Amino acid sequence: MTRKQKLVVIGNGMAPGRMLEHLFEAAPDAFDVTIFNAEPRVNYDRIMLSPVLSGEKSFEDIIIHGDGWYIKHGVMLYKGHKVVEIDRQAKKVRSEHGEVASYDKLVIATGSAPFIIPVPGHDLPGVLTYRDLDDVDAMLLAAQSRGKAVVIGGGLLGLEAAAGLKERGMDVTVIHLMPTLMERQLDPAAGYLLERELESRGIKVITKASTKRILGETRVEGIELEDGTIIPATLVVMAVGIRPSAALAKEAGLSVNRGIVVTDSMQTSDPDIFALGECVEINGNVYGLVAPLYQMAEVAASHLTGGTARRFVETSTATKLKVTGINLSSVGDFSEAEDREEIVLRDAAAGVYKRLVLKDNRILGVVLYGETADGAWFFDHLKKQTDISEMRETLIFGQAYQGGSQLDPMAAVAALPDDAEICGCNGVCKGKITGVITAKGLKGLDEVRAHTKASASCGTCTGLVEQLLSLTLGDAYNPAAVTPMCGCTGLGHDDVRRLIKAKQLKSIPAVMQELEWKTSCGCAKCRPALNYYLVCDWPDEYADDYQSRFINERVHANIQKDGTYSVVPRMWGGMTSSSELRAIADVVDKFNIPAVKCTGGQRIDMLGIRKEDLPAVWADLGKAGFVSGQAYAKGLRTVKTCVGTDWCRFGTQDSTGLGIRLEKFMWGSWTPAKLKMAVSGCPRNCSEATCKDIGIVCVDSGFDIHFAGAAGLDIKGTEILGHVKTEDEVMEHVVALAQMYREQGRYLERIYKWAKRIGLDEIRRQIMDEPDKRKAYYERFVFSQKFAQVDPWSERVSGKDKHEFNPMATLTLEAAE
Amino acid sequence: MNALTQTWVRIGKIGDIPRRGARCVKHGDMSIAIFRTADDRVFALEDKCPHKNGPLSQGIVHDGCVTCPLHNWVISLETGAAQGADEGRTLSFPVRLEGDEIVLGLGAPA
Repeated sequence: MTRKQKLVVIGNGMAPGRMLEHLFEAAPDAFDVTIFNAEPRVNYDRIMLSPVLSGEKSFEDIIIHGDGWYIKHGVMLYKGHKVVEIDRQAKKVRSEHGEVASYDKLVIATGSAPFIIPVPGHDLPGVLTYRDLDDVDAMLLAAQSRGKAVVIGGGLLGLEAAAGLKERGMDVTVIHLMPTLMERQLDPAAGYLLERELESRGIKVITKASTKRILGETRVEGIELEDGTIIPATLVVMAVGIRPSAALAKEAGLSVNRGIVVTDSMQTSDPDIFALGECVEINGNVYGLVAPLYQMAEVAASHLTGGTARRFVETSTATKLKVTGINLSSVGDFSEAEDREEIVLRDAAAGVYKRLVLKDNRILGVVLYGETADGAWFFDHLKKQTDISEMRETLIFGQAYQGGSQLDPMAAVAALPDDAEICGCNGVCKGKITGVITAKGLKGLDEVRAHTKASASCGTCTGLVEQLLSLTLGDAYNPAAVTPMCGCTGLGHDDVRRLIKAKQLKSIPAVMQELEWKTSCGCAKCRPALNYYLVCDWPDEYADDYQSRFINERVHANIQKDGTYSVVPRMWGGMTSSSELRAIADVVDKFNIPAVKCTGGQRIDMLGIRKEDLPAVWADLGKAGFVSGQAYAKGLRTVKTCVGTDWCRFGTQDSTGLGIRLEKFMWGSWTPAKLKMAVSGCPRNCSEATCKDIGIVCVDSGFDIHFAGAAGLDIKGTEILGHVKTEDEVMEHVVALAQMYREQGRYLERIYKWAKRIGLDEIRRQIMDEPDKRKAYYERFVFSQKFAQVDPWSERVSGKDKHEFNPMATLTLEAAE
Repeated sequence: MNALTQTWVRIGKIGDIPRRGARCVKHGDMSIAIFRTADDRVFALEDKCPHKNGPLSQGIVHDGCVTCPLHNWVISLETGAAQGADEGRTLSFPVRLEGDEIVLGLGAPA
């Protein structure tokens, strides 16, 4: 073993701290490390001083390396020791307190010093800079007077200081030399918005103001500007910039310009001396933001441990102003030039301003004000130099659209401002939708959904989006134009259904082949739809494609947000018994089912069941006589009933019995979307039949058949299909109606939407007035039920699709370290 | 330097997984979804959608992607990256076929 090398580090800021982390990770035993820190403390996160100033954090919160870290890594840390001499001949450094350390390798990380404007009075007590914790402590002391403060410099640091002092109760004025704030990070428009925001918080901002002198005899009393304005102040903070602290290196004879000159491997002009951080200059540039400093740390660590490949590469760095409540972020180069283009989004009322500077379809610079959520995303594309031409039209709107409140759907669309939210689920505003319609030449709803996601989730804003299409396109918008099923085909649902019949297509691959699908095996939109159409049209010949069913229909339970399932056994017509309830209670106890709930359809829902437990749960329920409630299915769900003539003093017919009869006849059938029914024993309508997909209201003279109600995303009372006299007639009419819907509905289209599309009169005509048609529908339903009425739970309990419910393997090996 | 150690584990046969389907492998606390496409390629992703941790293994598999059962994000089986305008990435694992045996590569976390 060779002797450990001696590494001396001058400075204990964030850059050398990070370098040592890399070093200890890569070569924990290579060096004996000694650190000289001019500040009497450990390494802390200097960037977070502003929250300390404003009181949001304490110093303890921002420590990076506590004392323990230095002990653990055997580092000798001299706190409060400023190094005053480097003897390169003897390879030794000496601190102002006379401590001497010799080195094999030396790292200089002396950082930077705040620039002090050399105006008269700059050395008066009460004039501070903003660099380290001592400055913060001094400001906090001064702030106790709750007097007046002037901050010279309207850059990042100055504004954070101003906001912090304001937070601490001082009366703050910011003096800035340039016409707008933060001109190095912000363009004038964003600078202006920032100025207004600060003023609204009670911070005075004076731009184009040059300081003539600082007033006061024994301590600060105010400042005088070049134009003669006098501003009284008991505290003056100078935050006009920093410059590299390179004096020590210069005295040691190292090459120094603005900063200590280093190569892209952080090597100074002396091969045994490295330098990094704010004190260095690489290719003429000096750096003050943390990202490049951390990059330097990696490079230096790698070269110290013998690696030679890592080089410092100049990259853009994002700037963020850390003032609570002000969202501002900028990155890159955003000056204007001939060959550059820009995309700007302004919303004065909301205080939002976004600007992208582009060159050759690549992002050069980004300024975000008011809304910075997409900062990281833009920055990512800037760093990667993504070709954004594909998404150019929507680029400015950022990456994702989250949350937000619902818009009143009754508001007149035309009068809405551009920033009004149209789609609450996806956070899409009107301006975006109209903008995209124009820019991309969109023609229909599906295209808008694809490009903006507006109305693509819950769909309640579909009407609004359609109105926007009409508003934007005028007569060119033809809502009747066929919208393709999905991106895999140009055909609409109706065409696909027609062609399945006409061409006798009996499998998904056959449909895709014959109808020239554009994808090899469809997508999550078209496959479940095709599977339904084929099941419906060829009940005896088509083999259900399990892998094209949504998970709920595959495992016959409802997936929940945490990946567990809920199980709803069928309770015919909502009737149950003590033995059924006892069986449910036993299952709940046995499988530790965390939640049991009554559903709106008069069933009991057991929630939070692990997938692996499903077959066992079903087995137990099956022993008690339960079958699947199909609460997951695009199919017949529930028939809700009231107690009818059995118990009710108002009941006119046996609504419970009819409900049970309907449910026992129709269960297991697949429909385009879920199908919920109800039977009420009198017009008081306790089972709420008049908002169901199909509802029956019993009256003295027989039965009113209702349909096309809705009580979900839409609220809609039912329409009357007709009146019949007997239960048998109810069965025939209701079943025929369901079959007509099954044959014509588009996948996921609820019955009320289908009815609106087909026309109520047409449906009444076929079901009520044409007995032959009705009987034919009825027969086709009955035929298909032969193949559909198989309890999926008992099928799976007996082993079908066993693979679905168990992990393929459980690995016991430890994660390799 | 940390060498990336890759452990290859046999987890089962390709016939254990339905075409255009997936099955899970439990690995400590992590569930890894093993997908089999229509053309018998296999892929392995952490069984967690980058959106809201939906179990991707339960989704519909189409071409080289799976659609998450919770909110219909479409995730590339190869890279784990969200497709279209969605942004996010699920951890993916190397997986290969040796005959009909599926071999899963479990690397040390980088």
